[in-house]
Amino acid sequence: MSDVILQTRGLTKHYGGVHALEGADFTLMKGEHVAIMGDNGAGKSTFVRQITGVEQPTRGEIHFDGARVAFKGPLDAREAGIEAVFQTLALADHLDVPDNLFLGRERTKWNWLGPFRRLDYRAMHADTIAALEKTGVKIPSIRNTIQNMSGGQRQCVAIARTATFHSKLTIMDEPTAALGVQETAQVENIIRTLKSQGEPLILISHNMRQVMDLCDRIVVFRRGRICANLRAADVTGEEVVAYITGALTQPKYAVDGVL
Amino acid sequence: MTGATLGTGGLKYDHAKRHRPPELNVFLALILIVAVFEVLGQILPYMNGQSFLFDTQGRFDSIFNEARLKIIILQVAIVGIIALGVTQVILTGGIDLSSGSIVGATAMIAMSFAQVAEVNGSPNTRAVFFEQGWVDLPVLVPVVIGLICGLVAGLINGLLVAYTRIPPFIATLGMMVTARGVAKWWTMGQPVSFPTDSYAAIGAGMTPVYIFAVLAALFYLVMRHTVYGKHTYAIGSNMDAARMSGINVQRHLTLVYTIAGALAAIAAIVLSSKNLTAQAGMGVMYELDAIAMAVIGGISLQGGRGSIIGTALGALIFGVILSGFTYLRLDAYYQEMAKGAIIVGAVVLDQWRQRRAAQRS
Repeated sequence: MSDVILQTRGLTKHYGGVHALEGADFTLMKGEHVAIMGDNGAGKSTFVRQITGVEQPTRGEIHFDGARVAFKGPLDAREAGIEAVFQTLALADHLDVPDNLFLGRERTKWNWLGPFRRLDYRAMHADTIAALEKTGVKIPSIRNTIQNMSGGQRQCVAIARTATFHSKLTIMDEPTAALGVQETAQVENIIRTLKSQGEPLILISHNMRQVMDLCDRIVVFRRGRICANLRAADVTGEEVVAYITGALTQPKYAVDGVL
Repeated sequence: MTGATLGTGGLKYDHAKRHRPPELNVFLALILIVAVFEVLGQILPYMNGQSFLFDTQGRFDSIFNEARLKIIILQVAIVGIIALGVTQVILTGGIDLSSGSIVGATAMIAMSFAQVAEVNGSPNTRAVFFEQGWVDLPVLVPVVIGLICGLVAGLINGLLVAYTRIPPFIATLGMMVTARGVAKWWTMGQPVSFPTDSYAAIGAGMTPVYIFAVLAALFYLVMRHTVYGKHTYAIGSNMDAARMSGINVQRHLTLVYTIAGALAAIAAIVLSSKNLTAQAGMGVMYELDAIAMAVIGGISLQGGRGSIIGTALGALIFGVILSGFTYLRLDAYYQEMAKGAIIVGAVVLDQWRQRRAAQRS
């Protein structure tokens, strides 16, 4: 049980009459990389919004790092150690890399000055370099502002933020959807680095090759329910597609009258 | 620190080459404008070769026309103090239209606590609080009361913007009209005059310039080196990101508008002291001059971009243009027209530069 980092039981979210997520039982082991796949509207993003505290579930339990949790907001989840890289990157365009990594949790001196306490740029720069080296992110200059960076570099900064704060779980929502070939490769390398360091990861992606390459397990969502839990080594891409489209359902997830 | 050591993955990067500070452009514009006036003075026949910048008649010890330089700085120092606060508001992506009216109301109220008991040997019965005996008060009283006025007005602005989610334009427009009403109501439109010597000393001579310089240096450090400054830029740059990062955006916005109100109050105290009188119409249009200084100095109206140095340079450009028109003996009408054109020009230039930067990346 202590090897489990995240577990949900019967996680359910209704928006009015819409059952966006229904009875999701999901388990993630420490050091494991799991992909979440599914068609648009299958409930992937809804699931992520529940476990990152952006929304509160209608029913069900979330257990994180050995304790039951009920996040009131994304900050709660972040403090508990869940770092999410969202599709909208949540970076401040006019600030540079250390400013963005430490936004809202700056290293400071002279703390008796309250809101006017002094920023410790030296410490933040050193920590930023260390975090980027650790994740293998290549940035020509951390003093460059985000607006002057390519999409891939921005994505890397957003991902490096998770490494800076020794998060216990990283969640990436389609991190390469808007990137070119080379930039995608860079992001995938970072994900491999996280894997080698034993950092658990939930990856939402539509890219079958990427998922097969990077993840241990694939959980497929369909119409708000989990319909398959597959070991990436045991299945082919065609089979996964069959689960996504509804041609196949694993017996234990079959629900009468719904699918 | 050099740029090369601040990269990772062995990539080379020349920081100085890629990053010409935008303030440098503003500084170059300042020099260009001075040069244009200097050349016009030499060319135009009716100027008889008078110099704009230099001392050609041997009136001063230095080679510069010190009298003109002093006037240039002095006439923008007071609005410059307001512009320091307006800059912070604009950096959050907001706007403050109320600063001129806050100057009016604060000047009236502060001045009424700074009046003398006797004028030319006879009792100053027209003092606002003569009957209560609140005359010849120590200088600290009007200064503190003035600051409180500015803080309260700014706090109301901030609370409205942060918690009711009405646009800053509307919130501060309301304060602009209300504060002007307070300024007129305070003495039923009568001017307030005859301050104590100690109050009159605040704005005497070049003191406004020193006050502006100290405040500009202080807020340069605050914006560059404190959490307050960083969060101000972050909110203006991407409010959602700031919120997601755990910054209390509402509390921070309230603080920014409150500080802007306090700076307007300081300007009011200095102005009423310098003029030795306060009138209900004081500070009309100052809010727009302050915004203009910020915009000329490269503060982006979209928020998140610009610096206090930019605003200080913007204030100097403003002063040079006003002085330059006087120097060329052009009517004040032309001054106003040119001011308007320069404000619009600065914003157009800024947008054009931003679009070009976006295309490059």
